[in-house]
Amino acid sequence: MAIEVRIPTILRTYTDGAKQVEGSGATLAELLVDLEQRHGGLRERLVDDGGLRRFVNVYLNDEDVRFLAGLDTPVKDGDTVTVLPAVAGGAL
Amino acid sequence: MLEIPKDLYDKIVAHARADHPDEACGLIAGPVGSDRPQRFIPMTNAARSPTFYEFDSTEQFQVWQEMDDHDEEPVVIYHSHTATEAYPSRTDVSYASEPGAHYVLVCTRDPEHSEFRSYRITDGQVTEEPVTVVE
Repeated sequence: MAIEVRIPTILRTYTDGAKQVEGSGATLAELLVDLEQRHGGLRERLVDDGGLRRFVNVYLNDEDVRFLAGLDTPVKDGDTVTVLPAVAGGAL
Repeated sequence: MLEIPKDLYDKIVAHARADHPDEACGLIAGPVGSDRPQRFIPMTNAARSPTFYEFDSTEQFQVWQEMDDHDEEPVVIYHSHTATEAYPSRTDVSYASEPGAHYVLVCTRDPEHSEFRSYRITDGQVTEEPVTVVE
């Protein structure tokens, strides 16, 4: 068992085109460190010094992790983590 | 070029008008790889602002799941500018992350006339494209 991570089109350059990859860790932060070992560059697209980047949404199962504990959100085998690009913009 | 059925074009404009002076946003889904906009999906602007829009993240998750289940993708991603030109702002460009999508902008500053324009946004480059409305 592992944690399934779904990758949006725009980030599949880091996963050799794979739509879905697997990883492990006790928290989202640990999971991203684990993924980085096999998918170099991915982590930097998702987090910066301040935590999760504004341009992406990360969901644990069907819940936005911003409404959970962000990078400290606990994850476990069998969970699904989904990454989607945030859709936003505006006149300014 | 964006080829869009008249009823979908009208729905985008009506949504932009209804939410004015706040920015309206949403998408039109279509079969993966088809480049054919078919299913109109208005989204909640979680920012509820006249100068910013943001898909509600929970709603977005559900809509993206639905598209996945139906082998669809976002063919058109639209939003309105309510006081400025229908041209992608720096913010629009920095967020644009669907190189395959047509980014549609509607300007509602003139109550009589809605400007409707379409763009491709790839790697920070904005390219305007013609819009053809079909019956």
